[in-house]
Amino acid sequence: MIEEKPSPAVLPEPQIEYEEKELYGLMAEFEEHEELLAATRRAYAEGYRRMDAYSPFPVEGLAEALGNEYSPIPLFTLVGGMIGGLGAYFMEWISMARLYPLNVGGRPHNSWPNFIPITFELTVLLASLSAFLGVFILNRLPHPHHPVFNVPEFERASIDRFFLCIEAEDPKFNLEQTRKFLEGQKAHKVTEVME
Amino acid sequence: METIQGSEPRMPDPAKPYPVTVLGYPAEMIGPKETYAKVSEQIAGIPLKHPRPMFWFVGFTFAFSLFLMFCVAVTYLVYKGVGIWGINIPVAWGFAITNFVWWIGIGHAGTFISAILLLLYQKWRTTINRFTEAMTLFAVICAGMFPLLHLGRPWVFFWLIPYPDTMSLWPQFRSPLIWDVFAVSTYFLVSLMFWYLGVMPDLATVRDKARTRWKKMVYHISCMGWRGSAVHWKHHQSAYLLLGGLATPLVLSVHSVVSFDFSVAQLPGWHSTIFPPYFVAGAIYSGFAMVLNLLIPIRRIYGLQNIITTRTLNNMACVTLATCWMVVYGYIMEAFTAWYSGDPFEKHMMWDRAFGNYGWIFWGLMLVNCVIPQLLWSRRVRTHDIALFFVALSANLGMWVERFVIVVQSLHNDFVPSSWAMYYPTKWDVMTLLGSLGLFLTLQFLFIRYIPMISISESRELIAQRKEGQL
Repeated sequence: MIEEKPSPAVLPEPQIEYEEKELYGLMAEFEEHEELLAATRRAYAEGYRRMDAYSPFPVEGLAEALGNEYSPIPLFTLVGGMIGGLGAYFMEWISMARLYPLNVGGRPHNSWPNFIPITFELTVLLASLSAFLGVFILNRLPHPHHPVFNVPEFERASIDRFFLCIEAEDPKFNLEQTRKFLEGQKAHKVTEVME
Repeated sequence: METIQGSEPRMPDPAKPYPVTVLGYPAEMIGPKETYAKVSEQIAGIPLKHPRPMFWFVGFTFAFSLFLMFCVAVTYLVYKGVGIWGINIPVAWGFAITNFVWWIGIGHAGTFISAILLLLYQKWRTTINRFTEAMTLFAVICAGMFPLLHLGRPWVFFWLIPYPDTMSLWPQFRSPLIWDVFAVSTYFLVSLMFWYLGVMPDLATVRDKARTRWKKMVYHISCMGWRGSAVHWKHHQSAYLLLGGLATPLVLSVHSVVSFDFSVAQLPGWHSTIFPPYFVAGAIYSGFAMVLNLLIPIRRIYGLQNIITTRTLNNMACVTLATCWMVVYGYIMEAFTAWYSGDPFEKHMMWDRAFGNYGWIFWGLMLVNCVIPQLLWSRRVRTHDIALFFVALSANLGMWVERFVIVVQSLHNDFVPSSWAMYYPTKWDVMTLLGSLGLFLTLQFLFIRYIPMISISESRELIAQRKEGQL
């Protein structure tokens, strides 16, 4: 069991000290992923676009509900794999057939069947590497400081709660109306997120 | 009789400590009373609260002592050379390559469980994939050391890597030994990336559960500031699935390439087309056995029976049994091919394998690798963790002996009787083998101490799916 009592070291700093803090957005907390999904769909239908949903596990259809239909990761992977495969074969060909031609067992210099294993391995390696790096590039990670972390309840976003945050930058954002809208979505709680 | 919407009816059987289906098989993939918060607390609690410290310290001390022995053996090896091992001509490969093939085989279970079973929608893998992926990484680390140590001059290992050097030399890309370099290093890197992608959201859970600033900081940095955004999840899941798809042919290729080291050579007992599939099946077999050996004690000691359920153990035991039979088929075909080829050298090799100098080892191998695992036909053995542990131990030992027989017995008796010689391991051989086990266990202990050993986010998914009645 993990102790529930937070030590003073991690309590949120008293927020009065910062003069120029700005509103980042409004965050609604949900207890079930279906509620979050429904609320997100409704928010999108209402016309909100600058928003993000947070969940402790991937919820199917949530990114689509936010208007994010397409992930370029497969394209990254394809390009990486092609570079890996062609590059590997080129490396083997140029070194074995051009730069340092070596006769091994009377085989031709460009003995392609012998070059397949390394071509395959480097295709997989470069494809995986680009998929992996793609996650970090597209998600802009590492990103240690983010306004959502200023909400103390947000700790549960990685445990058992689901959050929808409508950002203040959204053209449709209006503190009163957005709050009212979120409160109407079975939200457990609605909090203001500060920069 | 209690039913869950959309799942098979389960009959509580008072004689069994776990819920069973109508056919008598273990029913649960994850314990029935789990909630998001509960699994998060239980799994993230292990790195944070460090339960069972006595077990951990005693185990870690034991493992680390073995690792220190490894350091001694390797230092002396680098100082003195490979002559301290029992290798000779004709048996030039000895323990080092036996250990290499054995370790890399153990590594295969991790990728098999995390990639192939992911693509096959085998949801029971969810609770064990993290652990087995970590096991893969550590096994590959152990494996990778042996060919390098066996080089004789390990400090120039980078000559294996193609780079434009001042001597204008290139590695011999037609050699399976160079393919190995690429296969093993690709395997390690892809496994590492796959594992890290999976562990990232769970490190965020540990961060959010941590109650001291120091721990929060370390876990926050190590999860790259993961915040669980839906868009992040989408890219993450896409990459995870693609890595699974890429790792699937990779895992089959790695042990195939390792088997090319043998089968491309002309030696009787090695020069065989059955080697790639036979090695891959053996790899998955020993890998599952090692997973069972590690998971069964850890599951008991940390009280994870509610998450790693008897159903998971039962399924792993079934895979072990299936791969055991593939290996048995390999043995039969090896003998058949030797006889059917009519080749006198092949026939001599097979005869010598069973009745020659190393015959007793071969029959021991048959016992531990083929006969004892047949106990897994019994459901009682498959669902009884102690019995399963010992069967798995037998399979692990058996697979090591199999590699030994393939490497040593084939080499010691080749074409020309004047070059035949026996191989006897020295104490340094034994120290390096046990020491590599120490390295493996040391890494394993550090892993269970500091990193959540079960995928928390995927366990939550299982719970969510059960709530929706999909399980």
